[in-house]
Amino acid sequence: MLSIRNLSKTFSSAGEPVHVLRGVDLDLKAGERVALTGESGSGKSTLLHLIAGLDAADSGTILLEDTEVTELSDAGRAGLRRDRIGLVFQQFNLIPSLSVADNLAFQARIAGRHDPAWSRELTERLGLGSLLKRYPEQLSGGQQQRVAIGRALATKPSLLLADEPTGNLDEATADDVLALTRDLVARTGCGFLMVTHSLHLAGTLDRHLTLHAGRIA
Amino acid sequence: MRRALWVLAVLLSHWRRHKMQFATLLIGLIAATALWSGVQAINQQARNAYDRAAATFGGARTAMLVAPDTATFPQELFVRLRRAGWPVSPALEGRIQLNGHSVRLLGIEPITLPADVGNAPRLGASDLSSFVAPPGQTLVARETLADLQEQEGAALPISSGAKLPPLHVLPQLVPGVLVVDIGVAQRLLNKPDQVSRLLIGKPRGKPAPLASIVGDQLQRVEPNAETELERLTDSFHLNLTAFGLLSFFVGLFIVNSAVGLAFEQRLPMLRTLRACGASARLVNTVLVIELVALALIAGLIGLACGYFIAAALLPDVAASLRGLYGAQIPGQLSLRPEWWLAGIGISIAGAIVAAATSLIKAIRMPVLATAQPRAWQQRQRRWLILQSLAACAVFAVALLLLRYGVSLVAGFGVLAALMLGAALILPALLDILLLMGQRAARKPLAQWFWADSRQQLSGLSLALMALLLALAVNVGVSTMVETFSRTFIGWLDGRLAADVYISASDNAQGVAIRNWLKERSDVQAILSGGRAEAQVEGQPVELLGLPDHALYRERWPLLETAPRAWTQLVPGNAAFISEQLSRRLNVRVGDVIEVPAPGGTWELDIVGIYADYGNPRGQLAVNVAALIRHFPQTPRTRIGLIVARENIPGLIAALHKQFALDDRSVADQATVKAESIRIFNRTFAVTSALNAFTLGVAGIALLTSLLTLANSRLPQLAPLWAIGITRPRLAAIELAKTLSVALFTSLLAVPLGLAVAWCLIAIVNVKAFGWRLPFHVFPLQLAELVAVALFASLLAALLPVARLARMQPANLVKVFANER
Repeated sequence: MLSIRNLSKTFSSAGEPVHVLRGVDLDLKAGERVALTGESGSGKSTLLHLIAGLDAADSGTILLEDTEVTELSDAGRAGLRRDRIGLVFQQFNLIPSLSVADNLAFQARIAGRHDPAWSRELTERLGLGSLLKRYPEQLSGGQQQRVAIGRALATKPSLLLADEPTGNLDEATADDVLALTRDLVARTGCGFLMVTHSLHLAGTLDRHLTLHAGRIA
Repeated sequence: MRRALWVLAVLLSHWRRHKMQFATLLIGLIAATALWSGVQAINQQARNAYDRAAATFGGARTAMLVAPDTATFPQELFVRLRRAGWPVSPALEGRIQLNGHSVRLLGIEPITLPADVGNAPRLGASDLSSFVAPPGQTLVARETLADLQEQEGAALPISSGAKLPPLHVLPQLVPGVLVVDIGVAQRLLNKPDQVSRLLIGKPRGKPAPLASIVGDQLQRVEPNAETELERLTDSFHLNLTAFGLLSFFVGLFIVNSAVGLAFEQRLPMLRTLRACGASARLVNTVLVIELVALALIAGLIGLACGYFIAAALLPDVAASLRGLYGAQIPGQLSLRPEWWLAGIGISIAGAIVAAATSLIKAIRMPVLATAQPRAWQQRQRRWLILQSLAACAVFAVALLLLRYGVSLVAGFGVLAALMLGAALILPALLDILLLMGQRAARKPLAQWFWADSRQQLSGLSLALMALLLALAVNVGVSTMVETFSRTFIGWLDGRLAADVYISASDNAQGVAIRNWLKERSDVQAILSGGRAEAQVEGQPVELLGLPDHALYRERWPLLETAPRAWTQLVPGNAAFISEQLSRRLNVRVGDVIEVPAPGGTWELDIVGIYADYGNPRGQLAVNVAALIRHFPQTPRTRIGLIVARENIPGLIAALHKQFALDDRSVADQATVKAESIRIFNRTFAVTSALNAFTLGVAGIALLTSLLTLANSRLPQLAPLWAIGITRPRLAAIELAKTLSVALFTSLLAVPLGLAVAWCLIAIVNVKAFGWRLPFHVFPLQLAELVAVALFASLLAALLPVARLARMQPANLVKVFANER
């Protein structure tokens, strides 16, 4: 479902080039759950951003189902994120001025794929039923991250990308959140690629990859 | 489309959670639109009135024939031209005294009146017969009828004793003019067979050349795009426009501040929108739509407010224009559709300009941009340098305009450049002052006080610029008005030499009154004056006859004189000239002026220049006996008396009884002075109102900036609270910081305001009115204005500070929780 070949990305820092990714190859099947670990600055988040089309690669290919991501325009990449990718960030990135219910439905609505039945199921499975009228600032970190996961899955994406989704949560909450995510990924059948620092959490997924010096080790 | 609506709903949800910010944005736009539109409404109303005046039965909008040297010429020239095929129509113009008012009387000949004399009111066939057939009609505007306190159909007597034909309202007619048949006008003005001008219609065929029919007795005057009245009043409207523009910019400062902060706060939202698949183009388009929609709503509310502002100010503006220029403006506001469209347009354009930097940032924002609330603070230094360089460039422009500019517009250009430069350089000056404070501070809290004030500066700088401009304008205009007021009162003391003023209804009554007064022992001197009108170098000039009396020599205020000026005046071949006429004609002491008089040209040596504040017309002061010799028709109805103070009430009562004079015909010096000062104060009432509006808007700008900053300041304040500084103390420190920067700004506004006053007095007033006033500084008034500015700042700071003092500890703790 996701096939990455020879992907490279270089940033400039204080005038010096920093080679973050140096020819990454990666394959992910539909329904597969993969953890990606590596030391800070190893390029984990960059790889996720390139797959999601948030940034452009210097070279290499990213084939998501039948779409070559690196060849898409800005609008094409936005469409890809809207319709086929779910994104979860460490900082939750909820919209502070929208209620939980509106945050959950938001991406599905702009994608034109709002499914009330699926939305209800997500709400129930994520345990957010009593929180729908609250605003993000009135929620705990774990609750906010559950809303972010619900928003990402509301469109039933082909691929769920999570960038340290439990980084701001305590261990018990992190376990709960990840368990919920695994269940929902299994329910939707989408691929799941998660960046994490926790070897414990990485061990709960189907496969564990490590990024080192810009390459998959 | 649905996608765009969802994005719009998300963007709008920000305002639901930030109501104060939303109110700030709307207040800014409403204030900007309201003040600008209000001023434009007043200007439009006045210009409409000038157009009506210009088009009144062939005013300056129509080509005409006039005599080159005299105010009138024989009617026989009209007959010769008509016989030669010239489509001309005669008109005679003059002034009459009616119910104590000086009114313009215009005589027309309706049969030959060209059909294409501008947008003159039409006289239908039935009206035509009523107009020309005895007793005829006096056409009058509804406003004039109200001013005269008369009813339609009344046949009013004029000062000569003759009667006007019955009054008949013609709605389209300009106020302040009475229109009668030319025969009636010739009789009432005592100018038999005389004509002031011949209006030219569209010729059929090619008539014979003008010179072949009338020689050089008449000359053609082409229609003016701009009338004399428009030229005279340009400065007044430019003044109003400048005030409107200033308020508009101050309003935009508020909008810029609100939009800037909203954008910074919405950066994470925009990033999330993009991450969730909304394209950059969609987000940017919806951002612009949101802004335009808000500007549309605010523009409509602003227009409604502008209408009320204009309606409230119009009576004073009309009084000012009447007092300064003799212009007649209807007191009822009527607006054209273009005003509404322009108001909406200016609101939208202003919102887009104010939000331009934020929109450009949004358009250029990469999707991975980190959310950095108030990121502009980090670029403050670079901006300070750029702004200071821009300020220097603007100051250079001001100097160039000051050195080489000659027009009124250049004068306003100097003012604008001075204020813009000062506003641009303000943040840099404040930064230097705060840095000095920081370096001088020893205690840690004091060091934090100064350092944090510097950090806060970028968020407050626009509001402080608004405060600086508003206060500088207040200082400048107040200094100018106070200077003018004191000069004017001193001038009145000298100018109103007599103790009692009498205006007889006609010459016969004048003679009777003088004879009666000669018999009274309580009258120390009788001073007979007179006034006549003439044209000098194409300009209407008033000739003022002064009696030869020691009182005038002692008290009449002269700005420049030749040796033995008063003695030279007596024989009748010398004159004093008013300051504004001397500037218009470029005439100095020692020059000679030729005045066309009924008996031939009257040559006058200029032996003095005097101030004549508030008079729209140029004036020459001559010996009254000489005036009557050269202008025998001069009414001898004006009498001044020297009377001991204690005898004044008794004398006035006796005059009332003996000659049935009312209060309009006889008044003591104190009453005349009080009335003059009342008119003066009313003239500047508009300025005071606009001053107050501008300062009020600046206060709102400061309040809204402080309110919007208040939330983002928590991360700076929470650590201090955590180390043991109580919330009330933190609130007190915040208040002190706001007041200190407001005080610095106010102190910088004082020299800027004095520079503004100097520009107004030395450049703008001279170009606009022809008066140069002495420059005075009023320290008490300056202290008062600084205190008002500080009070406004205190009011603006109180609400956010009170919120901080009452803030729940949980909110401060949240700052640390969010930093996990």
